[in-house]
Amino acid sequence: VSIAWYLTVSAIVFSLGAVGVIVRRNPLVVLLCLELMLNGANLALVAFARMWGNGDGQIFALIVMTVAACEVCIGLGLIVAIYRRRLPIDVDELRELQG
Amino acid sequence: MSATTWGWLVLLFPLLGTLTIAFGFRSLPPRAAGWIGTGAIVLAFVAALGALVAMQSHSPANRELTSSLWDYAVTVGVNARVTILVDPLSVFMILIVTGVSSMIHLYSVSYMDEDRGLARYFSYLNFFVFSMLLLVLAGNFLLLIVGWAFVGAASYLLISFWYRRTTATSAGIKAFVINVVGDVGLVLGTYFIFKHTGTLEFLATFKAAPHVFHSGEADIVAGCLLLLVGAIAKSAQIPLHTWLPDAMEGPTPVSALIHAATMVTAGVYLIARMHVLFELAPAAQDTGAVIGAATLLIAGTIALVQTDIKRVIAYSTMSQIGYMIMGVSVGAYAAGMFHLMTHAFFKALLFMAAGSIIGAMAGEQSLEKMGGFRRALPFTFACFVIGGLALSGIPPFSGFFSKDEILLVTAERGGWHWALYAIGYLGAFLTAIYTFRMIFRAFYGDPVAEAREIDLDAHPPHLHHAEHPTNPATGEVEDTDVGFPGPHHTVAERALPMRGAMAVLAVGAVGAGLVQIPGVDDVIVNFLRPTFAGSPLYEPHTRDGLLAFGLILGTLLGLAGIAIAYRIWVRQPSIAVAARERFGAVYGLLAHRWYFDELIDAVVVRPSAAAGVFARDTFERVVVDGAVIGGTTGVVRAGSAAVRTVQSGFLRYYAALLLLGVTAVGLYFLLQS
Repeated sequence: VSIAWYLTVSAIVFSLGAVGVIVRRNPLVVLLCLELMLNGANLALVAFARMWGNGDGQIFALIVMTVAACEVCIGLGLIVAIYRRRLPIDVDELRELQG
Repeated sequence: MSATTWGWLVLLFPLLGTLTIAFGFRSLPPRAAGWIGTGAIVLAFVAALGALVAMQSHSPANRELTSSLWDYAVTVGVNARVTILVDPLSVFMILIVTGVSSMIHLYSVSYMDEDRGLARYFSYLNFFVFSMLLLVLAGNFLLLIVGWAFVGAASYLLISFWYRRTTATSAGIKAFVINVVGDVGLVLGTYFIFKHTGTLEFLATFKAAPHVFHSGEADIVAGCLLLLVGAIAKSAQIPLHTWLPDAMEGPTPVSALIHAATMVTAGVYLIARMHVLFELAPAAQDTGAVIGAATLLIAGTIALVQTDIKRVIAYSTMSQIGYMIMGVSVGAYAAGMFHLMTHAFFKALLFMAAGSIIGAMAGEQSLEKMGGFRRALPFTFACFVIGGLALSGIPPFSGFFSKDEILLVTAERGGWHWALYAIGYLGAFLTAIYTFRMIFRAFYGDPVAEAREIDLDAHPPHLHHAEHPTNPATGEVEDTDVGFPGPHHTVAERALPMRGAMAVLAVGAVGAGLVQIPGVDDVIVNFLRPTFAGSPLYEPHTRDGLLAFGLILGTLLGLAGIAIAYRIWVRQPSIAVAARERFGAVYGLLAHRWYFDELIDAVVVRPSAAAGVFARDTFERVVVDGAVIGGTTGVVRAGSAAVRTVQSGFLRYYAALLLLGVTAVGLYFLLQS
């Protein structure tokens, strides 16, 4: 299969994630969309690794997954904290950092 | 030890004294400050004697010794060293300064005894003497300027010593400001000379000056005129003299110190020290001579009508310094320095005697309220008369020899200097009148209450005093907390240190003239010769006829002045009143001190204040406040408002911006490749 197909799928997944991050307001869904973006990038990395025939891209993908796991932990922790303080679960409502 | 080592010791002792008192006064016994201060100056005097002896062991040609302690700054073209110059002139000065100052310190021990600020007082006093010694021992222009400025600062501290008196603080500020005018002149004058000679050291400058300057060249004249500005500001010559009478707000020993030993003699010393330069600038010399003559006459006339006893003496100082400035400006260097020495003795004596009366009057200084102290204070009376006779130039007292010698040299310059000669003798006549007016008004006539009530044999001596002393100038009740000579003032007749100091100075006032009797001995001329070796004006003069004429004329004028004063103020006091009414305009002119204060106020102070107000209302408000400050804050505020709108707080908005940015950067690099 040509590398172009892999990259096309990767781009679609990444774009879906990006659009999701921008348009959705529920922080949980935003996190899910972030995961989609990361995995889109992972797909591209693995595909390139396959193309060049060495393992560098795969190692990158593994690191990205680790980072994603950490990020999800923190993100979910934040969402739980927001919920416990009875704050609205809506990123548009949480705008105290306005300048 | 070498002469320069002694010179450093002369500087060291007063400095140690001031630091010990200033930092250690809490742990010292209450009255120790006075004795430490006095001891430091006495040690300095001993060191000055050591320097004299050590210097005399050199041959006359090698008596200009310099010593450098360390290099202050050595950069391109400027070698600023901490150097002292020990030569006959500076040794002569340090002997006078330390000798008279030690007597003044001794006097102060009793005079300021009850003052709450005793330690502060002696710390300042030692610092004052240290500054003056630094000034006269300085071996280069830099150290001279430092000493010069220190003297100004010390005078400010001491004049406004009783700092809760508004008149004292404003007098201190006035003295300081006028002295800064002189400092600026000195610094600029130094620059003019340094520009050509390229060195700050005195000896090198004097050596180079005749080669780099033509006589009367613009730069040397400008430089010397600026040095002269410094000299007349420090020496209280017209028109920069108005601080000196106001400086009488300080304690009386401070007045004695400023007038006799330190400060006002600095201008005379400066001109004598710079004689090589001044001889290359005849215009500056002539200016100095005219200013000195004008001052001696004008100050003499003002002293005729002043009623404050200390102010009369202050104006007489101005007048006598006028003689000295005139003398050193026409080339009568030895005579000028000789007069400086005799004046130091009799003027310090007069101030101390005046301080004794002021003590007996509980701080009152007006001659109007004094009278009949002759029996109450016999010792003070004797001292005052000795000082007065010396000041009036009556033989054989010291002022007789020194004043006439200045005038003799002035006359020998010929031409228009004869006018200065005449003014000098007119001044001498006025001197005798105002000096004995003071004596007759304070000591003769009916005894006032204070004089009657003095009982020196009681323990403690009984003195009349007001319940709440008030400031004679403004009528405010004095704050005796900071030590005005309040209820517990001391009277000179009893306190041994004061009597001792006055006795020593009285001996000096009588005998100091004998060291140089014209035509008999030339001790001072011979002593100072190495310093003035290159000067064509220096050598003693030979016109015996003129000398004898001058001496006789001076004596006759002095005696005539005393006789007139006796007639007006003792025999027929009505003459004074009648004369005041007959010559109301002249009296008004003199009583207002020739309107110099008003003139300076109108010419300098008010225009400066008006310019300040104008600048505040226009430039400051419009340009600085409006354009510069307002403009800057406006730009920052508008800029931050624009940036702030970006910070909306919407997470999705930030994410979109981030994506947009990354996409833009990515596209940019893609299109580049």
